[in-house]
Amino acid sequence: MLTLKILAYFALILAVAKPLGAYMARLFSREKTYAVERAIYRLGGIDETKEQSWTAYTIAMLVFSAVTLFLTYVIERLQHLLPLNPDRLPAVAPDLAWNTAMSFTTNTNWQAYSGETTMSHLTQMLGLTLHNFVSAAVGIVLAIAIIRGIARASAKTLGNFWVDLTRCTLWLLLPLALVSAVLLASQGVTQNFHPTQQIKTLEGKAQKIPQGPIASQEAIKELGTNGGGFFNANSSHPYENPTPFSNLLEMFLIFAISAGLPITLGIWTRKPRHGWAVFWAMAILFLAAAFVATYAEQHGNPIHQRLGVARSDGNMEGKEVRFGIGDSSLFATITTDASCGAVNAMHDSFTPIGGSIPLLNIMLGEIVFGGVGAGLYGMFLFIVLAVFIAGLMVGRTPEYLGKKIEAHDVKLAMLAVLILAFSILVGTAVAAVTTAGTSSLANNGPHGLSEMTYAFTSAAGNNGSAFAGLNANTRFYDIGLALAMFAGRFLMIIPLMGIAGSLAAKRKLAEGVGTFPVDGPLFTFLLIGVILIVGALTYFPVLSLGPYVEQFLMNAGKVF
Amino acid sequence: MTVQQAPGPQIAPFVAGAPIPPPVKRQKAQSLFDRTILRRALVDSFFKLSPRRMMKNPVMFLVEVGALLTTILLVWDRLSSLSSVGQAGKPVLHETLFQTQITLWLWATVLFANFAEAVAEGRGKAQADALRKAKSDTVARKLPVWDRLSSLSSELPVWDRLSSLSSELPVWDRLSSLSSEVHAGEPARQGGQAGKPVLYEERVAASTLRKGDFVVVEANEFIPGDGTVIEGIASVNESAVTGESAPVIREAGGDRSAVTGGTLVLSDRIVVEITSNPGQTFLDRMIRLVEGAERQKTPNEIALDILLAGLTIVFLLATVTLKPFAIYSGSDVSVTILVALLVCLIPTTIGALLSAIGIAGMDRVLQHNILAMSGRAVEAAGDVNVLLLDKTGTITLGNRQAHSFHPAPEVSDGELAEIAQLSSLADETPEGRSIVVLAKEKFGLRGRELHDLGAKFVPFTARTRMSGLDFPDGRAIRKGAADAVDAFVRERGGSLPPAVRDDVARIAAEGGTPLVVADGRRVIGTVYLKDVVKGGMKERFDRLRMMGIRTVMITGDNPLTAATIARESGVDDFLAEAKPEDKLALIRAEQTKGNLVAMTGDGTNDAPALAQADVGMAMNTGTQAAKEAGNMVDLDSNPTKLIEVVEIGKQLLMTRGALTTFSIANDVAKYFAIIPALFLVTFPELQALNVMHLATPQSAILSAVIFNALIIVALIPLALRGVDYRPLGAGRILRRNLLLYGLGGVVIPFLGIKLIDLLLHAVRLA
Repeated sequence: MLTLKILAYFALILAVAKPLGAYMARLFSREKTYAVERAIYRLGGIDETKEQSWTAYTIAMLVFSAVTLFLTYVIERLQHLLPLNPDRLPAVAPDLAWNTAMSFTTNTNWQAYSGETTMSHLTQMLGLTLHNFVSAAVGIVLAIAIIRGIARASAKTLGNFWVDLTRCTLWLLLPLALVSAVLLASQGVTQNFHPTQQIKTLEGKAQKIPQGPIASQEAIKELGTNGGGFFNANSSHPYENPTPFSNLLEMFLIFAISAGLPITLGIWTRKPRHGWAVFWAMAILFLAAAFVATYAEQHGNPIHQRLGVARSDGNMEGKEVRFGIGDSSLFATITTDASCGAVNAMHDSFTPIGGSIPLLNIMLGEIVFGGVGAGLYGMFLFIVLAVFIAGLMVGRTPEYLGKKIEAHDVKLAMLAVLILAFSILVGTAVAAVTTAGTSSLANNGPHGLSEMTYAFTSAAGNNGSAFAGLNANTRFYDIGLALAMFAGRFLMIIPLMGIAGSLAAKRKLAEGVGTFPVDGPLFTFLLIGVILIVGALTYFPVLSLGPYVEQFLMNAGKVF
Repeated sequence: MTVQQAPGPQIAPFVAGAPIPPPVKRQKAQSLFDRTILRRALVDSFFKLSPRRMMKNPVMFLVEVGALLTTILLVWDRLSSLSSVGQAGKPVLHETLFQTQITLWLWATVLFANFAEAVAEGRGKAQADALRKAKSDTVARKLPVWDRLSSLSSELPVWDRLSSLSSELPVWDRLSSLSSEVHAGEPARQGGQAGKPVLYEERVAASTLRKGDFVVVEANEFIPGDGTVIEGIASVNESAVTGESAPVIREAGGDRSAVTGGTLVLSDRIVVEITSNPGQTFLDRMIRLVEGAERQKTPNEIALDILLAGLTIVFLLATVTLKPFAIYSGSDVSVTILVALLVCLIPTTIGALLSAIGIAGMDRVLQHNILAMSGRAVEAAGDVNVLLLDKTGTITLGNRQAHSFHPAPEVSDGELAEIAQLSSLADETPEGRSIVVLAKEKFGLRGRELHDLGAKFVPFTARTRMSGLDFPDGRAIRKGAADAVDAFVRERGGSLPPAVRDDVARIAAEGGTPLVVADGRRVIGTVYLKDVVKGGMKERFDRLRMMGIRTVMITGDNPLTAATIARESGVDDFLAEAKPEDKLALIRAEQTKGNLVAMTGDGTNDAPALAQADVGMAMNTGTQAAKEAGNMVDLDSNPTKLIEVVEIGKQLLMTRGALTTFSIANDVAKYFAIIPALFLVTFPELQALNVMHLATPQSAILSAVIFNALIIVALIPLALRGVDYRPLGAGRILRRNLLLYGLGGVVIPFLGIKLIDLLLHAVRLA
């Protein structure tokens, strides 16, 4: 039954990949400029006809991100002076404001705060939801620029950042978000500007229920793989995710764009089969993770079973009864396969193995469909590595779609691999041996290690989901995690754009029977192998000291 | 153009008592694992421990640093345990045994890597020694002036390329310091040959000769330096360089003018203009190349090095951060164990063998008697997907051969054969001889002596385009091009019968060459000359096609002839009526289409094309200009060997890829051996990850380290010989190699580590 559910969900993604991929391929290569676009370009003083080199494109992206980062920081710090603050919330503290601004700019949406009690409506709508759109758009256009680099030959430019950004926001994110917001509202997701409501419960106690423009934020939260919830409880909150249908819709939105991008890659490189080979590598990793997580959760905690305190057919701790085990483990897999980070259950309460799936997903670099754009460009890194390692085995200088992969490209690829590994491992290592790091833990032992690892992994991977159980709003974590988010986003993208620029400039070699095949099942499995060996093995030691040992300990009757 | 069995009549027999050139053994004779090579390599592997040399290989350098670290720790721990008397007991002894073993095996890992490299260099070094002997202290007979200089200098090869090249090379000045003794100031009167000016010569050490000097070399003398023959003709024994003892002809002008220093003149006398400076001669370069002294990392090797260094840093991070994680988990990991883990995880297998693979690849090229100027060239050969081949000498035997007789009306086959044979008796051209052979084969006609007939031979000239015999009685027999013979018979009142004209047209249409034979005014018939395709060419081209390489035949023939040969030989494409400059244009066109082009050439006018091609293989018989322009020289001057070079290039890249994949795939098993062992004390539950059921934590770690070291030794033969290469499509090769080295790389260490663990346990070493 749960198997069927996973497969049905996957069928939806499979169905949407092609049309959306083709739509993006058209959107970003369209010659015509519409009047509304032109108006925006005139306003920003942008020459839409001029393309940018990879450096100019990257710099434009960095400047744009820096400006919006600063804007959000200012709004947070001044929210008590600004309108739309019905609950009269005070200014956000500097550490937290910095952490949050970085978190939303990097598409991480790590939330070291409870949105409903910290952020005013204006901060949520302007400061944060703005990033939900533009940080997603930035991710997508970076992937688009990289695809251009792969597809072009002997070219100096990768497109125009401002044009791509405008088109992505106007014609991809806004329409999809609008439709999904309406659909979500139809399920009962709140959309108003009311202050927090005071009600009396049946027991006669007073309860505060925060209100706000939730549906509009919810749609882009998923669609842009942002994951920052209006509420601290995120998608497990009934106002954010009330019904099984809204849950399915949210899961669908998380993968939709990312599933389309490999198809766009296939179309632009005139190698549709290559696009599908990449898609299937993602699909297989997704299905495997979803099945393992579901299986682990279904088997639950043997201690509970022995004691007879919990349902004998699975681990329901930290899960919403309206979703159950299937929808919760599936959601957890999807949200970490992508860099979304929205949660509808507490990953902290998963069984160790079940909880290691989201962790491993993020450690791999969120390349299983992945964050919008980020998933594809993360996968691009593994494609370059796979082509280089195995490409030699066919007896030629490794080439990817006619472009030789040379020392320069390998250097940049390894740099990107190192940045991610460094941010996760060194960050966690520092936390593990300092009081600043360990004092935030709610649990000790292997589970505590998992919590710290998850925090740095989630930040560096720009995921933003939390393992919970960790008090992240401390100076150490606010600053440390913000640095990890910065490295995971901006330091990662520079070498990748460098490879794209270098590929674009190369001449395209003719194809023949001696050419390394990048389509078909063989390439798909090669890619998966490289991802697992190069990507996962790095983290095997920390995983075995965290979730794996915990699982064995739990089986032996020991908990933390 | 292979002019190995020179047709020239004046080759003097090998002069008795002449100094026999030092025998350079054909490299094939020496085995890869010759005992002397192994012994030398064993010693070298210790010398290579010098950190300065190790630094070039970041992966193995890290292993060396790790080994040093564990050594220091071992000594330190023993010293501190000694000072605390009374505590030394069984556990300490046990710990010492373990630590000692780890340390020794780590050193062994480094030594094995060095050994692999040293073995790979071994054969080249042995060969370099042999070549050095050829650079014996020759005395050169230098001519202070030479009067034909001005008229010839314009034909001299351009040396810019070499000088720009050599300025980057380390100065090789051993020879010049060895014998800078100049035998100056004893001008000897030298009697020149008849008609030649009498020249004064100076006797100097060969090593002092510079570019632009002139030397005279006579029979039984060594040619003192590389140069171009500018006067005379001689037969030369080049075995010192090529290993081929059959003499070759070297003559002034044309494409056979280049001579190499260290080779021996067997007959006659030549004047040579020296074209290289001391230390930069062909022999010097060859020594440096075979020795690997100027071996530079190839582009691919650099890229792979970066990947390996990157992975090493990633694993360094993973290992170093394990310490804090362990501290947090309340478990302690010793530095020795962390070093052991690190060494197991970093790609030592490929790191240890990478340079050996490259050296061995160059060595394999050399075994085919091809001198590649750089590893880059060999690597590029693997990437080539268009091969330009000259028709003549490469695809065809180089000469047209008589194929059949087509008599004129009212003439019998036998009569045509007889007259054709008569006309060719004194004809020394391959075509002429083939007619005599065919007449003998088909009609049993034996050769007759010309002077018995009293006839006089009329040789072929470009003007008459005929050859034949003039008899004392005025009878004249001619054979030649149809229009020339037509003119000949017309003069005598005859004409070409329509049937013969038809034959001529038909043969030409088939791509053959018709030779019309006439006896006086009477036309006898036509001889069909055919370009004969070398045996086995079709199979080779099929093989190339399967590798994804397209062959293009270059010929000066008309398109019809070219098409016929192309069809017969199975090349994919041809360029007919090609002029030398067309080659260059064709290469450029192919490169623009994204192809990588290889070609062979020997003439001076091939030089630009050789330089433009991604892989340009010059024939050793070719001109200096051609040899300079190409990035390889085939010492046997056999153009079809380009195919072997392509295969070696591919094999080289495949070997690197296969071992890299294998090395990385190995990590899976090593993790499963070491990680549970590391924390077994703190978390006994991790035993579940000990899927190999290794005996104890110590034996698990030790087994992984030992496996990691031994696998290097086990793979040395593979690294040196290269992985099997089969001309299949890339997809099939990839599937095969992924299965073999990818999946094999995952599975083998599980078995290996388990086996070592059983052994260790059995002999109680852990």
